[in-house]
Amino acid sequence: MSSRKSKSNNLIQAEYLSQVQRILRERFCHQSPHSNLFGVQVQYKHLIELLKRTAIHGESNSVLIIGPRGSGKTMLINHALKELMEVEEMSENVLQVHLNGLLQINDKIALKEITRQLNLENVVGDKVFGSFAENLSFLLEALKKGDRTSSCPVIFILDEFDLFAHHKNQTLLYNLFDISQSAQTPVAVIGLTCRLDILELLEKRVKSRFSHRQIHLMNSFGFPQYLKIFKEQLSLPAVFPGKIFAEKWNENVQSLSEDRSVRDVLQKHFNVSKSLRSLHTLLMLALNRVTPSHPFMTAADLMEANQLCSMDSKANIVHGLSVLEICLIIAMKHLNDIYEEEPFNFQMVYNEFQKFVQRKAHSVYNFEKPVVMKAFEHLQQLELIRPMERTSVNAQREYQLMKLLLDNTQIMNALQKYPNCPTDVRQWATSSLSWL
Amino acid sequence: MAYCPTRLRTRQTYSWVDKPLDRKLHYQTYKEMSVKIEGRLPEIDLQVGQFVLIEGDDDENPYVAKLVELFEDDSEPYSKKRARVQWFIRFCEVPVCKQHLLGRKPDAQEIFWYDYPACNSNINAETIIGHVQVVALAPDEVIPMDLKNEKTFFVKLSWNEKKFKPLPPELFAQLDKLQEGNPRCQKSVEAKTKSTESPSWTTAERVVKRIESRHSTSKSRQTPSHPVTPRARKRLELSSFPRTHNTRISQQTSWASLESPGRMKRKVAFSEITSPSKRSQPDGPQNSSPALRTPEKAGEIQQCCAEDDKKPSPDGCMILRTRVAALKTTETSEERTLTPIKGGQKSSVVPSVILKPENIKMREAKEPVQDEATSTPHRIRRKSSLLTLNRMRQQLRFLGNSKSDQEEEEFLPVAKISASDSEEEEASTPPLPRRTRSNVSRNLHSSMKSSLQTPSKTPKKTPETRTPRHATPRIRSRNLAAQEPANVLEEARLRLHVSAVPGSLPCREQEFQDMYNFVESKLLDHTGGCMYISGVPGTGKTATVHEVIRCLQQASQANDVPPFQYIEVNGMKLTEPHQVYVQILQRLTGHRATAHHAAELLAKRFRTRGSSRETTVLLVDELDLLWTQKQDIMYNLFDWPTHKEARLVVLTIANTMDLPERLMMNRVSSRLGLTRMSFQPYTHSQLQQILVSRLKHLKAFEDDAIQLVARKVAALSGDARRCLDICRRATEICEFSCQKPDSPGLVTTAHLLEAVEEMFSSSYITAIKNSSVLEQSFLRAILAEFRRSGLEEATFQQVYSQHVALCRMEGLPYPTMSETMAVCSHLGSCRLLLVEPSRNDLLLRVRLNISQDDVLYALKEE
Repeated sequence: MSSRKSKSNNLIQAEYLSQVQRILRERFCHQSPHSNLFGVQVQYKHLIELLKRTAIHGESNSVLIIGPRGSGKTMLINHALKELMEVEEMSENVLQVHLNGLLQINDKIALKEITRQLNLENVVGDKVFGSFAENLSFLLEALKKGDRTSSCPVIFILDEFDLFAHHKNQTLLYNLFDISQSAQTPVAVIGLTCRLDILELLEKRVKSRFSHRQIHLMNSFGFPQYLKIFKEQLSLPAVFPGKIFAEKWNENVQSLSEDRSVRDVLQKHFNVSKSLRSLHTLLMLALNRVTPSHPFMTAADLMEANQLCSMDSKANIVHGLSVLEICLIIAMKHLNDIYEEEPFNFQMVYNEFQKFVQRKAHSVYNFEKPVVMKAFEHLQQLELIRPMERTSVNAQREYQLMKLLLDNTQIMNALQKYPNCPTDVRQWATSSLSWL
Repeated sequence: MAYCPTRLRTRQTYSWVDKPLDRKLHYQTYKEMSVKIEGRLPEIDLQVGQFVLIEGDDDENPYVAKLVELFEDDSEPYSKKRARVQWFIRFCEVPVCKQHLLGRKPDAQEIFWYDYPACNSNINAETIIGHVQVVALAPDEVIPMDLKNEKTFFVKLSWNEKKFKPLPPELFAQLDKLQEGNPRCQKSVEAKTKSTESPSWTTAERVVKRIESRHSTSKSRQTPSHPVTPRARKRLELSSFPRTHNTRISQQTSWASLESPGRMKRKVAFSEITSPSKRSQPDGPQNSSPALRTPEKAGEIQQCCAEDDKKPSPDGCMILRTRVAALKTTETSEERTLTPIKGGQKSSVVPSVILKPENIKMREAKEPVQDEATSTPHRIRRKSSLLTLNRMRQQLRFLGNSKSDQEEEEFLPVAKISASDSEEEEASTPPLPRRTRSNVSRNLHSSMKSSLQTPSKTPKKTPETRTPRHATPRIRSRNLAAQEPANVLEEARLRLHVSAVPGSLPCREQEFQDMYNFVESKLLDHTGGCMYISGVPGTGKTATVHEVIRCLQQASQANDVPPFQYIEVNGMKLTEPHQVYVQILQRLTGHRATAHHAAELLAKRFRTRGSSRETTVLLVDELDLLWTQKQDIMYNLFDWPTHKEARLVVLTIANTMDLPERLMMNRVSSRLGLTRMSFQPYTHSQLQQILVSRLKHLKAFEDDAIQLVARKVAALSGDARRCLDICRRATEICEFSCQKPDSPGLVTTAHLLEAVEEMFSSSYITAIKNSSVLEQSFLRAILAEFRRSGLEEATFQQVYSQHVALCRMEGLPYPTMSETMAVCSHLGSCRLLLVEPSRNDLLLRVRLNISQDDVLYALKEE
């Protein structure tokens, strides 16, 4: 009886857990405008007021939202647009055009996209767009027709704004800003970029037409706030179906945030990056360890996740190398030490390796040269070494100059964890003069 | 209009018909001239007082004029046969910028008495192409729409380059006298033997052929009584030339004239009793347009004719002997004029006979309707009237709708519209063939929408779908009116917006005056010239030019300066430098052409003498964008004004003062000349004056605040846009900071300082201050590495070793390579660092994008 009861309890818990996973994953992966904004209230107010003025008064504006990656630029604008669209009279009155510098790689594509999003392609007719020039004059004419009081305002959102600045002559930007500075259809041009030097990218006539409003998002919160965000991101909403489970989960999150080791983990993570996106990655990794048999997140999960996050990717590759390849890398390291970062070639590495083998003939098998060459090429394929110049066909591969892409500390750390490393090799790694 | 004979195709010989009337020295006046066209038997007689077409720039639309005098001038070396004419002007010849002065849509065949003495009326007689018919109408008369004679023009207004005026009474009387005189002339022509009739038929055939090649099918089909032989019809349908602008307008206006609810109702009732048409007839709507004239309509025409009779002229219109006239009679004219024509027609033309009796019958509709019509034409009439009825109803809807509705409609998908249309139609005429209906809806909305409904099968669709070129695109209008400013700050913000056009331009009086004098002198002298205007952005170059043009336009309204045409192109609004030709041509004439063709047309236009040409003022903004390797565009732009005939004034604007020397070849800069003007950046007192003038009678700013912002901006750039933007931002800050939303205080210096700070402060230091611990220590490591090596550049590996050492010193956990790499690329994406692409891995070179001192300062603060 009791076993059955516990089984059904387990089932319910599994059900809840899958829901928890769904909710939290959505929260971490999607930039849903439902979540709260952290520490950007001033900027948010600036933006929303600006958008409202465009929507209500028909005032043209241009603004740049600048902040490093992961600082919530898109989140901010999405929030603002959502709030704007909730007001019915504004949502009817506003047209939106979303462009992305990575998608609209030149002005021609961007113009087509604008025409499409403004639903003007009907006007162009069956003829699937004329030339670029026709398109531009068509759109400009369309935008010129309007005036402040009677036309529907258009909000242009240019994601990856800096890429638009690389378009030829910056035609699109000039025209958008020019419209925003003249008595035509009211527009709000909102650029999102992570480059702090964005204004230097703009041509001077384009720059003059830009209103120079900048909204900076700088992740300007400290660690205590970071902890709060951590808690908020993990806690379940009040509407969660299993009340008791949710309470338990939230209690656990609370206790986690007070746990010392968890704080250390978070502090370490915070030190590396303040971006919320990297926090999401961490939490996602930890969340994946939650199972019905292990229903609540523990400090160990977070520590594990942090380890995964901060792992050195190259160290992992080194762990998978053969002893011969390790030997070659050690030989290269010694060459680097001797010749002070000068490039080397295969022959030098081979000679160095031969010296070692002759001294310690008993511990390492003496491979033939072609085999060593093969190992060398494998290292090159793994991009642990890199040719200085491009490989030419007729050059002798043995004498091609190479550089090692591993740091000494990386090699030593990797060796320490390398499974079944021969002692001689390890000794040789620490000192090229160990035989003395 | 249909005639566009070019000299290339037909050789014409001109000869005087009779003895000179009057003989002076080197000067003999004649009364009549005959034009002999090679290969055609009849000669065309041109008499003084007739209306003629004269070869012009545009083959499609030759000039229209009245012959005043024919004379031979021996003193002229080349062309001795001269003619003096009184010009008429077509709507399309009216400068585009002034077309709106008409205040309505022009009718297709409407022309204007050209009352402009400066225009050269002495022409070479050999440029005359042929006759036309010109009908003078009183201003309140409606232009009869059933007259589809392309050779008939209607004059209602005169145009004197400034405004449209009704014809002066004496002129009207004079024209009417001509009309009276002309039937005689025509009769004499008609009275000639049959040989005259058949040649006129051959010329008509020639017309048809022309139409095939030049004109849209729909248009030519709108002339129903046109003698189209089956063979020709086939070709007509195949030809798919874009419909001209005029056609659409004429169509719309023609329907507009039918607007009358009573008749509409009648039509609906009419359609209800109609039996379902069995075979779909694609040509139906067009072919049957005369059949549309149901009794009432015909009655109205009758009335209109009657009104005509009461007016000084006994005839509703005059008929000159034209090439088509014999076949295409004017239906509004009196029976008396009609009869001989009818007779002539019956003898010559077969296809139009079917329609003709019907028309005549309808004209007599007030009298008891004759039942003699056979059932066949009757049925045709029913069915076709049904089709046209639908078209008409849609047109009525279209016209009747309020403007806002129309605009909204533009955004509805077509499917929806035609669905709603079909609902309506199904109520009254369910059995209508579907294809026709979609045709109809396309007819009406094609200019605004693409129709997705049916794949185009009928040949007439091809030209229709091309019309969007002329569509007037626009953003849909807002549903809710824009709010007006509620308080002082909002009002100030509105006035401070760069787009707000000030009544006057303060601080640019000198430049304004110079430029005004320059352009005015060119206008008065009827010459051309170039001017180069330079200045940094935001110094009011374009605004000043606009202001000058505005003032000149006002002056030309007041007759102080001759009228001129103003065109503006902007180098930045072109996709490619050569597009500038296309833009100029389009603004100038409304035509579209490829860049190459446009260049040729413009060169032709500016290098040859135009008969009635006003000066063109061309503003080229952002001139430096028109630079090409060959510099042919700049060369042309500056070369045209040097031609005497061009009458072109070119004003060019660019940012750099030394552009002509730096960028242009000698031959280009030499043509540009030395008329230069440079706009200096605004000084602080000028900026202050601008702000004060904008904020006149509006107490929103403290005086000190205005002075502060003026000084700040003047020190930075002297850009007026910046100044206005800062003030605008300051009003917002003031509004935010203010507690009471109703009565916000004045904008103080503090607010302005904040705004300036926000706009101009470098964000690098805040960015560093807000970056994570590891990022900061990485920056420190870079500084340390720079100090160690003494270079301003380091590889990532070197910085990494420094970084590891730093972290160890500061007690931070050991940073792995991957973490450090992520930090480095993060800083690189913000452009705090300049880094190479990350595939270089350890070897990528790192540089600081800001000075080391700034970094040190930012890191020291905490």
